[in-house]
Amino acid sequence: MKPATGLTQAFRRLVKSPTTWSFGGRAIGCAGFALLVFCGFARGQNPAPGPEDSTPNYGGYAKADIAYGAQLYTAQCSGCHGVNGDAQPGINFRAGQFKRVASDNDLRMVITNGISGTAMPAWHFNNAELTSVVAYLRNMSKFNASNVVPGDAAHGKALYDSVGQCATCHRINGAGPFTGPDLTNVGAARSPDFLERTLLDADGAMLPNNRSIRAVTKANQTITGRRLNEDTYTVQLIDSNNRLVSLNKSDLREYTVLKASGMPSYKDKLSSKDVSDLVAYLLSLKGGQ
Amino acid sequence: MIRRFLIAAAALLLVALNIRAQVSNDDLLHASSQPRDWLTYSGSYMSQRYSLLHQIDPANVKNLELKWVFQAQSLQKFEATPLVVHGVMYVTQAPNDVVALDAATGRAFWFYHYAVSPAAKPCCGAVNRGLAMLGHTLYMATNDSHLVALDSRNGQPIWNVEVAKAADGYAMTVAPLIIKDKVITGVAGGELGIRGFVAAYDVETGKEDWRFYTTAGPGDPGSGTWTSDAWAHGGAPIWTTGSYDPDLNLTYWGTGNPGPDYDPGARPGDNLYSASVVALDADTGKMKWYFQFSPNDAHDYDATQVPVLANTNWKGSPRKLMLWANRNGYFYVLDRTDGKFLSGTPFVRITWATGLDPQTGRPQLAHLEPGVPVFPGPEGATNWYSPSFSPHTGLFYIPAWSDFSAIFNRFPVPYKQGQHYTGGAITPAIPNGQMPVLSKLGPINTYTDAAGHGAVIAMDPTDGQKKWEFDMYDVTMSGILTTASDLLFVGGREGYFQSLDAKTGALLWKASLGGEIADGPMTYEVNGKQYVSVASGNSLFVFGLRDP
Repeated sequence: MKPATGLTQAFRRLVKSPTTWSFGGRAIGCAGFALLVFCGFARGQNPAPGPEDSTPNYGGYAKADIAYGAQLYTAQCSGCHGVNGDAQPGINFRAGQFKRVASDNDLRMVITNGISGTAMPAWHFNNAELTSVVAYLRNMSKFNASNVVPGDAAHGKALYDSVGQCATCHRINGAGPFTGPDLTNVGAARSPDFLERTLLDADGAMLPNNRSIRAVTKANQTITGRRLNEDTYTVQLIDSNNRLVSLNKSDLREYTVLKASGMPSYKDKLSSKDVSDLVAYLLSLKGGQ
Repeated sequence: MIRRFLIAAAALLLVALNIRAQVSNDDLLHASSQPRDWLTYSGSYMSQRYSLLHQIDPANVKNLELKWVFQAQSLQKFEATPLVVHGVMYVTQAPNDVVALDAATGRAFWFYHYAVSPAAKPCCGAVNRGLAMLGHTLYMATNDSHLVALDSRNGQPIWNVEVAKAADGYAMTVAPLIIKDKVITGVAGGELGIRGFVAAYDVETGKEDWRFYTTAGPGDPGSGTWTSDAWAHGGAPIWTTGSYDPDLNLTYWGTGNPGPDYDPGARPGDNLYSASVVALDADTGKMKWYFQFSPNDAHDYDATQVPVLANTNWKGSPRKLMLWANRNGYFYVLDRTDGKFLSGTPFVRITWATGLDPQTGRPQLAHLEPGVPVFPGPEGATNWYSPSFSPHTGLFYIPAWSDFSAIFNRFPVPYKQGQHYTGGAITPAIPNGQMPVLSKLGPINTYTDAAGHGAVIAMDPTDGQKKWEFDMYDVTMSGILTTASDLLFVGGREGYFQSLDAKTGALLWKASLGGEIADGPMTYEVNGKQYVSVASGNSLFVFGLRDP
């Protein structure tokens, strides 16, 4: 016997398909927003390697994150810790030797807060940077930082505006439509690995909070848009005409949360260098004008 | 003249009633049959959160209107259930202030402020779940692990005893329970390496009468379920109010997780009496029986649920039952005379176990690959939010988190006194994704359709079958109230306060209160009018029927 919210449950059946979730031991970057609580938490110390981590095995950390972390480390950390991570007594990053930390969370805390009474300052890394530096620190012995070729952000911006046609859906610094997620701060919120995966497989990488919806009212009006908020009885969205719309589910005949991303895959459209350049551009978007 | 005399007599009677505004042991024993008042955290010793009041019913519930609001000056979650005695409501404002209100109007009689020591380290919010009362005395357990007795007539402290050292990680959030001449409480701190206990204090003096440690130390029965000194900081905290069977003179308390939470390898063995229910002699604190839901728990599956007692038929004959929807996802029926396992059925998706031993109820553990999400996640299938049992419908109502999972990452952590001791960390099941956590994180939610959602699940204890399920979009930490008119009241994280048909789960009425509902709704009567209260956000809302 179903209660009055049977409609909700029908929607839930429509949208739910846990088998599509990408489980496994791959590194989990961290969404910004409300998830900060969890961002700092360590991923497994010995997570099972995901399929794409086969050669070499980076312990579940993503190569794109490690590479970004290597650039940051070289620029910001190597002055004191040395390119080999062994310049401070009692610490050897390559050998996994630390003085105060055990988990990735500990590492993030020490990097973020510094250590009072020592030369270790507090670093204002954003989440993407923290995720990447930690990924590199955990893989210094396996990853050759000297081979990292930083992406060309300027070329990435050109791709964004030309073949990528990204501005058709995305908005940056107040310019562009509301169809896709606003990218003004994406370089701070998302790790390089996540951005790369999204470019190559937007459906697979899309987060639930980026889903769009299609609703048909009892008066046969069809409304589509990006879901902004939802609860048991209502849903709020920005529709295809950029209007804020709030709907009562009890007024709807149909309600579907769309799991497919409207974003194309760039797997066959961009070279791996182009992807790397586009990621470099996206990483440069950190909220400022 | 006669009329004037009658008015005077009625006034005298009212004054007399007010003076009599106190709670006797007899009142506590018969709380279920005196539904005008709400005398304990769960409404009665049976802890059914079921009221005989029936003025508000399925036909008129649509006429509920807001009568008054108490706005707490606290940004902590409002988890307290108020007490109501003869028209006076006593409720805590988090963490440990107390206010006495006119239960019909919400106007305050007095306010008591308790300054919590800065040494207090409640793991998960500086909250409090309410008071106990006997005679003219209110009892409160504080975040810095003191037990405080207050005069209910003016809020003045009578005594204050230290139950445990706050600096060592001990905190108290539980509403105490009065049994005879004792006030019973327990300590939280399962994330901080404490050694849990339940203890009873003399209601007059605050002197400790007995103490039962929830981790078995050397020489205790069950001490072989711990290696080395893991028991000494093995957790098993107490932070939800217990129940009492006066015929058996047993008081029942659910114990929390063993510590460190996520690293069972650091404490090989079953870790008795963590993640268990213990039945204690109310006079001596001696354990009569225990039942462990989650031996060597690895997922923070506290058994800190309210033990719900029911006298009902089991396989054709009357039996003293205990109904228990556990954080681990199984719904248990136990015999509360001896702790015998009668049945256990999953009420949400479970992957940590493949089933329960049909004789003993011991879980059969699943093989879990590291990095793979586990159902239910760390907040569990349910938690401390009060369930309800309606003797009228015969159904048991569970506030549940459905389809909720997370990845448990474990790593060894050395024990340091008073420091966090969890042995791991949690990551969301959806890569880069969000997951519902301990409290509401903001006004936006676009992910619980994928990450796990709240529900009210109505179970028939006799066959373990779901009768109906009311799904919410967000998760819920709201307790459940049922009444003799077959109404069910429940809130949720979205801030809706809802009334459902207890027989079918159909939505009958709702109000949008805006803030997360994280306490248990309760009901009472003043001057012939039934009221229903619920806290949302930082305020307590009281509803009643629209005056004709």
